[in-house]
Amino acid sequence: MSDWFWIIPFFPLAGFLVLGLVGRRLPVAAVSLTACGSVALSFVTALFSWQALLRQPDEARFFSQRLFTWIAAGNFQADFSFGLNPLSMVMVLVITGVGLLIHIYSTGYMHGDPGYPRFFAYLNLFLFAMLTLVMAENYLLLFVGWEGVGLCSYLLIGFWFEKPAAASAGKKAFLVNRIGDAAFLLGLFLLFYQFGTLDFRGIEHALHSEPLHFPVETGQIGTLTLTALLLFVGAVGKSAQIPLYVWLPDAMEGPTPVSALIHAATMVTAGIYLVVRSSALFTRAPLAMETVAVVGMLTAVFAATIGLVQRDIKRVLAYSTVSQLGYMFAAVGVGAFVGGMFHLVTHAFFKALLFLGAGSVIHGLHGEQDLFHMGNLRKQMPRTFAVMLVGMLAIAGVPGLSGFFSKDEILWKLFSSGHTWLWIAGLAGAAMTAFYTARLILLAFGSRPHGEEAHGHAAHESPAVMVVPLVILALLSIAAGWIGLPAWLGTNHLEEFLSPALAVHAEGAHGAGSHSTEIAAAALSSGIALLGIGAALLFYFYRRLDPDALAGRFPFLYRLLRNKYWVDELYRGVFVQPCLWISRRVFWLYWDQEVIDGLVNGTGRILAGAGNILRRLQSGSVRDYAAWLCAGALTVLLYLLIV
Amino acid sequence: MTVPIIYYLGLSALLFALGSVGLLLKRNLLVQFMCVELMLNAANLAFVAFSQGRADGSVIVFIVMAVAAAEAGVGLALVVVLFRNRNSLDSEDFRLMKG
Repeated sequence: MSDWFWIIPFFPLAGFLVLGLVGRRLPVAAVSLTACGSVALSFVTALFSWQALLRQPDEARFFSQRLFTWIAAGNFQADFSFGLNPLSMVMVLVITGVGLLIHIYSTGYMHGDPGYPRFFAYLNLFLFAMLTLVMAENYLLLFVGWEGVGLCSYLLIGFWFEKPAAASAGKKAFLVNRIGDAAFLLGLFLLFYQFGTLDFRGIEHALHSEPLHFPVETGQIGTLTLTALLLFVGAVGKSAQIPLYVWLPDAMEGPTPVSALIHAATMVTAGIYLVVRSSALFTRAPLAMETVAVVGMLTAVFAATIGLVQRDIKRVLAYSTVSQLGYMFAAVGVGAFVGGMFHLVTHAFFKALLFLGAGSVIHGLHGEQDLFHMGNLRKQMPRTFAVMLVGMLAIAGVPGLSGFFSKDEILWKLFSSGHTWLWIAGLAGAAMTAFYTARLILLAFGSRPHGEEAHGHAAHESPAVMVVPLVILALLSIAAGWIGLPAWLGTNHLEEFLSPALAVHAEGAHGAGSHSTEIAAAALSSGIALLGIGAALLFYFYRRLDPDALAGRFPFLYRLLRNKYWVDELYRGVFVQPCLWISRRVFWLYWDQEVIDGLVNGTGRILAGAGNILRRLQSGSVRDYAAWLCAGALTVLLYLLIV
Repeated sequence: MTVPIIYYLGLSALLFALGSVGLLLKRNLLVQFMCVELMLNAANLAFVAFSQGRADGSVIVFIVMAVAAAEAGVGLALVVVLFRNRNSLDSEDFRLMKG
């Protein structure tokens, strides 16, 4: 099986080709079967490859397969080669596993949509690109996948392109990502400049074998730091961190399964994967690591505060995703690469679950997304309610569920590595996370206050094809924590599995602090989570506290959050409008209309003018022509006489 | 004693000038046509004058006469057709090709 692992990405590619070329002529059942079947084959192959990988000794746990030489120019060579190491294996399992569930769910959610085959063609293409991204053996091929997922994200956000909001959201995502991608490319140039190769293993080898040539750049900004920072800017764009997070909330215009798969579980985690995959580089650049941690934690808290007051069910989850990605970056920034990956995995489960649950609610309410128009859904949609509740408890970090373990590991690593301020911010973010998810559940499923009309009575429970993936994801959200138990409770299997791939001295993972402190910290963070949930209960269940009164007490703060800190408006004023103004005034009205058109029209005008003068010669009168004839003859004669 | 060539050439130039002035100043197509014939014959005279005692110039004269005859046929036919259609022979009435 290990010889055949490289086929994993090609199943979805085949699915894409079939659906893209003949999908419209196939019956609906065949489309669903092709779409889900190709992903299922990938998933099964991934499972077998995983088993094969586990049979290898620790230090030999990687497969590599060169399919063909892509670019060979002078000393530079880039192969089209796929590889698997424990890190990419984890990613592949998450992508194909969650991807399969979401494909199955989508057959129910997208049922009856006129673009059904197109939807699954894009979805399969996305999986191919994403698998290329994580299985690439060099940065260049990774970049191919990176751009591929960006393209699919654009296509799927704008899937309902007849809606102007969807079309412009897709455009926004594409443009914002370009900023990050430009920095990423510059980073690749710098990598090649320093190492002469873009191969992961070549670069890691160079870093380890020549420590004098590539020293740890403490307290200085060297080339390695610059490279790491540029790669991080790329990750910031893809993973929606400050200041490039603005595209992700708008991306919710896409179909909900897309939000779950691309904008929560897989694509947006590509930035985390990139940083972890480049861990050898990042650990040489402490300044870059600090930047990653601070930007991550800032984003985590910032996005959480916005999530507190949003009304759209998907936007709450979108800001929550931005926030959770911030936690992952904070973790990898302090050297807790395993912690970041752990949260990536558990987040993929429970956030996909929450998104799909939200999709189920929207489906049941025929497109209603405003939380304040929902309510009482607990009775109409009991199964959706149950699984959403599990997802909410998981993300809030209630002890025993997966989110508790992964978030707690991050917080503990922040604390034990001495980043006390980040730890405090992380606790505050955790409280807000618990609050806004609990608020979401209570508003959607809880009873309405007296005198308010709820739309809930029109709801219907979703079909089994949608509920079964939800149940599986709910089970995973409960159980996934057991792969990374803290030291005081058991073994961290994920850390054992990943550490050979991380090839770095993961001291960050073994910071100061004894078991008792760790237990105390865990107790504190779970207490904080319960506090957040309790506050939400007081506001939206017992209604002892009135959220409107609170908003009235702090009108500016409320408006600040409601309007998302006016960041979109700020960007519009600072970047978009000047850009449009320059494009319009300078490039269009001046350069294009005056200069270019002037040149073109000027040529025409000169010729027309010349013709206007010369056409007088063509009088139509025979005698004029005869006169010209004589004049010509006389001229020739004169010339002959004089010369 | 032979007549010096300059007299022939002078006469030829005079005829040619008469023909061209007539072509330029007259407005009747038929007259203009006759002026062209006059110019052709002026050229013929020059040829004959130059070819005193030689044959090549005289041969060219015959060719010119043949061409002139053909041209007269075509030209007169055109004049007749024009007059039938437009009832006029004033060349200033025919300015359809004005640019």
